[in-house]
Amino acid sequence: MSQYYTRLAERIRERYGDRISNAVVSNGELTVTIDKGCIQSIGESFRDDAEFAFEQLIDLCGVDYSDYGNGAWEGPRFAVVYHLLSITNNHRLRLKIFVDGEPPVVDSVTNLWASANWFEREAFDLFGILFDGHPDLRRILTDYGFIGHPFRKDFPLIGQVEMRYDPEQARVVYQPVSIDARVNQPRVIRDDHRYIANQPAKDMPKEK
Amino acid sequence: MPEIRNYTLNFGPQHPAAHGVLRLVLEMDGEVIQRADPHVGLLHRATEKLAESKPYNQSIPYMDRLDYVSMMCNEHGYVLALERMLGIEPPERAQYIRVMFDEITRILNHLMWLGTHALDVGAMTMFLYCFREREDLMDMYEAVSGARMHASYYRPGGVYRDLPERMPQYGTTRYRGAAGMKRMNENRNGSLLDYIADFADRFPGYIDEYETLLTDNRIWKQRTVGIGVVSPERALQLGFTGPMLRGSGFAWDLRKKQPYEVYDKMVFDIPVGVNGDCYDRYLVRMEEMRQSNRIIRQCIEWLRKNPGPVMLEDHKLAPPKREEMKGDMEALIHHFKLFTEGYTLPAGEAYAAVEHPKGEFGVYLVSDGANKPYRLKIRAPGFAHLAAMHEMSQGHMLADVVAIIGTMDIVFGEIDR
Repeated sequence: MSQYYTRLAERIRERYGDRISNAVVSNGELTVTIDKGCIQSIGESFRDDAEFAFEQLIDLCGVDYSDYGNGAWEGPRFAVVYHLLSITNNHRLRLKIFVDGEPPVVDSVTNLWASANWFEREAFDLFGILFDGHPDLRRILTDYGFIGHPFRKDFPLIGQVEMRYDPEQARVVYQPVSIDARVNQPRVIRDDHRYIANQPAKDMPKEK
Repeated sequence: MPEIRNYTLNFGPQHPAAHGVLRLVLEMDGEVIQRADPHVGLLHRATEKLAESKPYNQSIPYMDRLDYVSMMCNEHGYVLALERMLGIEPPERAQYIRVMFDEITRILNHLMWLGTHALDVGAMTMFLYCFREREDLMDMYEAVSGARMHASYYRPGGVYRDLPERMPQYGTTRYRGAAGMKRMNENRNGSLLDYIADFADRFPGYIDEYETLLTDNRIWKQRTVGIGVVSPERALQLGFTGPMLRGSGFAWDLRKKQPYEVYDKMVFDIPVGVNGDCYDRYLVRMEEMRQSNRIIRQCIEWLRKNPGPVMLEDHKLAPPKREEMKGDMEALIHHFKLFTEGYTLPAGEAYAAVEHPKGEFGVYLVSDGANKPYRLKIRAPGFAHLAAMHEMSQGHMLADVVAIIGTMDIVFGEIDR
């Protein structure tokens, strides 16, 4: 499987040349990183070319890299990750776009894959990534009137507000959280990687 | 001439046919749906964010609580992602146990779907029958993991423990004498495998019973044939997977096309629909239950003949035995390290997908080399299916919305995560 994807990566590099920042195979999966401006054109040809035929957008999600490696990250803060699946050719591909700025803006792919609609709403809700051209970019998972983007690394795990019933006002009210953040098990990065089947450690892009 | 306006109907979040906490805002023209806008997120628990704050193994129980009717399949997706990053493979016996319990879970899920779907459409009896069989399946869960639903049984490197040699039995109570107890324990006198084999022998007969009640039932067909039709092209566009995609005519099943564990050694067929309506998806799922039963039988046969380890011996990942810990310092250290700090994954990313009863359940894991995930994204099949709610229900009657919700097999634990 890994060899198949290495060949596919070759093909993609040949075909798109400069428009692709890199195409790496690790853990038997192919990751293609592209510039954020190319998503429409490359996405369309990925979907329509018989050679790739990625008819399905299986997943789309945001990633906030600001705390990656305990702050060792130097690239753009956010990434949008697309998982594509081809039913015809039975292969998968991970497409990655790095994006910076506040708010981060990426072109929407709802015109290419209808399933992107809710996935993009979710990425907007949780990470605050804006998708240009999305028909209906509303929050989807968080509460009505929620403030902030909860999956960003600077958003506390316990949240900002809590909800309770106030008998005097006879309604539900929001108030600042009353619990304390607690870490049971500190996060440690250890170089204890004896299980590496293939070397994935060096493939994280550091460009720009 | 006064202007005739559409009116808006609020369906849920507390509605028995909404399958959990779905708030559906329907714009209606008389009784015909013009626009359906599902509001989800009422069960959002930020599982993905919580997982970022815990060592890898401690997130396995969260996976059970995603799609709370197909618990072990969720765990399977997560555990596969971890194993792919670690580059390990569980012992063969563990793989067979996983496949067997995946299929038990599939039946468990499809029975829940069948019962509630039929109940929504008006067939009360199905619900009672399906829950009768679910009880047996949950006893299997309990025998193997100690919990009827939230099993937390799969671990990276295998499964937590081997199948028990004795099936737990009922005892006498004030209301149940020795004779009643004997009758209830009839199929519980052997091991768990005997109990499962007994179930696998009985189950095809039960499916026939369900089919007698529904398949040619006039009311059932009136409510499902031609309702919520999805063309093959749209099914791909909308990101459908699992029975929803197969109902539209694609013979796509990850168990066959991208086999994991020992599915490549199993003999089974993929049922495919023709018209892509609710009735076809019903037929697909019914046939899937029969095929699952077939796989379970093959697993039982293999498991009976091949005893062996069910977990890797590597104590960096799997806890050492209790007896070892009493005398061996090294074992004690391993145990302590594993249950406090856990293990670290190499930096990188992986996406592992399993054929969950509802579709493709994927786990995308990003690690920076720490003992906790850097980012965990769960790809829930129901999320993509519910997103198509508007498209599937437009132009249908209000009562058909209920049938469409039923056919999507929606569980909010996974949609809202």
